[in-house]
Amino acid sequence: MDRFIDDLPPMDLMRSEKMMFVQLIIPVESAQRAVSYLGELGLLQFRDLNSDKSPFQRTFVNQVKRCGEMSRKLRFFKEQINKAGLQSSVHPVSGPDLDLEELEIQLAEHEHELIETNSNSEKLRQTYNELLEFKMVLQKAGGFLVSSNGHAVAEETELSENVYSMNDYADTASLLEQDIRAGPSNQSGLRFISGIICKSKVLRFERMLFRATRGNMLFNQAPADEEIMDPVTAEMVEKTIFVVFFSGEQARTKILKICEAFGANCYPVSEDLTKQRQIIREVLSRLSELEATLDAGIRHRNKALTSIGFHLTKWMNMVRREKAVYDTLNMLNFDVTKKCLVGEGWCPIFAKAQIQEVLQRATFDSNSQVGTIFHVMDSMESPPTYFRTNRFTNAFQEIVDAYGVARYQEANPAVYAVITFPFLFAVMFGDWGHGICLLLGALVLIAQERKLSNQMNLGIILSYFDARFFGSSLDIRQESEVILYLGARYQFVPQLIFLNSLFGYLSLLIIIKWCTGSQADLYHILLLLLATVAVPWMLFPKPFILRKLHTERFQGRTYGILGTSEMDLEVEPDSARQHHEDFNFSEIFVHQMIHSIEFVLGAVSNTASYLRLWALSLAHSELSTVFYEKVLLLAWGYDNLVIRLVGLAVFAFATAFILLMMETLSAFLHALRLHWVEFQNKFYHGDGYKFRPFSFALINDEED
Amino acid sequence: MTFNIHGGYLEAIVRGYRAGLLTAADYNNLCQCETLDDIKMHLSATEYGPYLQNEPSPLHTTTIVEKCTLKLVDEYKHMLCQATEPLSTFLEYITYGHMIDNVVLIVTGTLHERDVQELLEKCHPLGMFDSIATLAVAQNMRELYRLVLVDTPLAPYFSECITSEDLDDMNIEIMRNTLYKAYLEDFYKFCQKLGGATAEIMSDLLAFEADRRAVNITINSIGTELTRDDRRKLYSNFGLLYPYGHEELAVCEDIDQVRGVMEKYPPYQSIFSKLSYGESQMLDKAFYEEEVKRLCLAFEQQFHYGVFFAYMRLREQEIRNLMWISECVAQNQKSRVHDSVVFIF
Repeated sequence: MDRFIDDLPPMDLMRSEKMMFVQLIIPVESAQRAVSYLGELGLLQFRDLNSDKSPFQRTFVNQVKRCGEMSRKLRFFKEQINKAGLQSSVHPVSGPDLDLEELEIQLAEHEHELIETNSNSEKLRQTYNELLEFKMVLQKAGGFLVSSNGHAVAEETELSENVYSMNDYADTASLLEQDIRAGPSNQSGLRFISGIICKSKVLRFERMLFRATRGNMLFNQAPADEEIMDPVTAEMVEKTIFVVFFSGEQARTKILKICEAFGANCYPVSEDLTKQRQIIREVLSRLSELEATLDAGIRHRNKALTSIGFHLTKWMNMVRREKAVYDTLNMLNFDVTKKCLVGEGWCPIFAKAQIQEVLQRATFDSNSQVGTIFHVMDSMESPPTYFRTNRFTNAFQEIVDAYGVARYQEANPAVYAVITFPFLFAVMFGDWGHGICLLLGALVLIAQERKLSNQMNLGIILSYFDARFFGSSLDIRQESEVILYLGARYQFVPQLIFLNSLFGYLSLLIIIKWCTGSQADLYHILLLLLATVAVPWMLFPKPFILRKLHTERFQGRTYGILGTSEMDLEVEPDSARQHHEDFNFSEIFVHQMIHSIEFVLGAVSNTASYLRLWALSLAHSELSTVFYEKVLLLAWGYDNLVIRLVGLAVFAFATAFILLMMETLSAFLHALRLHWVEFQNKFYHGDGYKFRPFSFALINDEED
Repeated sequence: MTFNIHGGYLEAIVRGYRAGLLTAADYNNLCQCETLDDIKMHLSATEYGPYLQNEPSPLHTTTIVEKCTLKLVDEYKHMLCQATEPLSTFLEYITYGHMIDNVVLIVTGTLHERDVQELLEKCHPLGMFDSIATLAVAQNMRELYRLVLVDTPLAPYFSECITSEDLDDMNIEIMRNTLYKAYLEDFYKFCQKLGGATAEIMSDLLAFEADRRAVNITINSIGTELTRDDRRKLYSNFGLLYPYGHEELAVCEDIDQVRGVMEKYPPYQSIFSKLSYGESQMLDKAFYEEEVKRLCLAFEQQFHYGVFFAYMRLREQEIRNLMWISECVAQNQKSRVHDSVVFIF
């Protein structure tokens, strides 16, 4: 029998890969290379041997920090490139291969240069903004002054005396430094301050001015014609120009303080028209000069950024890899002599030769005198689960993994799901006309797979759910083989009998009816009896036998297999497992009872659950009929083109969105449920953990 | 049981946020750090990671604190955006304390002729309001109120302290405490109005806050010109100490008398019993520890707003811890690192 099983072709997907626990002893000089080669191979999962140490207590913390710093710089470049609206080239240019030190120096240079040009252009931008604001203030506020003066002359002659003079602004170069010197000459009369402020703040600003001067002021405003770029956020800001008329020295200090508090920039405006014009001319000429300088600066910067952009992707990949290598190296331990690094991890047995080859190559390439020692060890931990899937089976494997990752070497439901999932889906969708539409849609997706594969796919979504909700890497080892043996004899066998004598029989009857067309009546009384016997069988013996074993052990007569497992536990006391040997009969019994009841009830209710196959397909066909008869045929009955078109549109809409999209979703959902709940809870533990090898390919995928 | 219609989502959010608070293990690791870079590295593995990852390497304590506060502010804003009445008002109440502190900071700063921009940078971002910078214009309380604060939610609290006296350190401090008193009482009333578990839990937390302030006012005013009546006026009119404890606190002349008063109240007995006689340095820490304990308890109940208050306070405590640890690391005084760190979990 065993021979026969061994001779069968291997079922790759049925059982997870056989794994082995290996220890690597790598000489320090070749460690980095060896690990990076292993990362390229991607078939070894390292175990963290330093989990008790915090990140900065580990060996290669400095290298990790340097990588972090470099990736920060790279992110900075990327941000700058995006901000400048340039495209970083997707296809990395093949430049000379740099090592990390060279790259670090280069990055630092680039960053330095970029920061310097940025700060320069920011300064320029600031001056430019100020001039631009000044220009606008001059243009607008000049208008106010003229009109208010004219107004004032008409009404009150007194005002015309209070001409604001700006004699001391002959030197335009110092215009901005002097900023504001409102009305130094005239102490008694009406004076004004003009400036510019963000549009959003105007209302509050006006209110505040009103309060501060107790209403003794006049506030004029006009929207600015151009938006001004905020040098910090690079956003365009709408601004408003204002002129405040007031009297008194105290009011002036107050208003200036308020201006400062609101971030309003004040600019002096001469009331003398000729002077005004002269200043405007000078400002304009300086503006155009500055504009030219700014443009040159931006061009220079963009050139630098483009040249960085050519290499950016490559550099990012490189830094990411290096960081991953050092992170992995941090999981290794130094041995006693401090000359070798010791690592432990899991790998599939088939990968042994490949790993050894890679390690040898690393030794050779780094001219190390000592080779890497690679040997298999025993481990108490249960190994990770690793299925080799292809693009087709991967989707179904992800569906199963989203429920729970198979225990090591556990029967994998994905094997069945490959067939049954599409089958159940099709039964529920149940309409070959719509099915063809769906098929066409699927074909389009397949044809564009390459293009779309960069975007999200279902597998990613599901594995995300997996990580979120189900991800728990439990370290459960089968308690002992005794339990397994008990489980097989007193749980699995009666469950099998129960299920087959009732529902297996049912299925058989159905098939017979299909074949012969007549009701068959087999030994159903006998089967019913069998099922009745199976229930106490799965309920009672297991807890009692467990109790017996326990009392036997307590009397000193150690039961063989249990004994070894005890010893193993003592050998590795620091393992995460705290095996509590508290034996509580009532608890175990209640547990067993719950299991049995659950199974018996579940057998009935889960079978009833498969009725959704029928319900959904019925719903689908009824809905299609309704849309066809009540919409399309009804509309076609009229001899009116508009009604027909409307009817056609409604029908097409309903077909596409309700019958195709919504029904697809619901059929998918129910197929998912039938697999996760009704199918898998019969046998599937799903409490293993996934094999996550150290692999550059995976790291790149995650980052993208 | 209609709480979840409006508050359920946010309660879930805030409980999720709480799970991101640093644990004792994190603090132990942080305390072992040698440089600020180590702290950054450790924090990058926590929820603070995204906020610190783009900071260039020679870090300063202020940067760390600033970024951590930024995270809190982002979370707060997110919650405020999602909140409906009355939760949004409740959330706004939480920030008024910071507003008072900011007002006082700016006013004192201007009094000592500091630059307004510099002062603004030091303000807590949660307590910012639109015209805060204009505070610098005011010369006395009346102007302060009339110009600026009348627009802010703090306006009603001002009714007691409008005087035309010029501002000086002393009456600014009195103003702070009067405002705080009015704020706490208002908040307390608001929570009572909400009723249910919110009222129950918040009254406990706010009472503790009020009592702590009362003790602090007493200790800080010992040996100053503040009269007993004035001192008595600064105590909030609720809390465990109200009213008899206040009478007794008002006449205290030194710390041991305060201690004598407080030991009559069982919840505070344990705090004071930790301190040796005549010592007030460790009092702050003892109070913080007690507060953290109470705040954590707020999470034990469901369907109330206390969790939001508790979360904000716990995060603030966490940021204080981080600031202390970073300062100790930066100044190479690692022996003192445990002096002021309050573990949350």
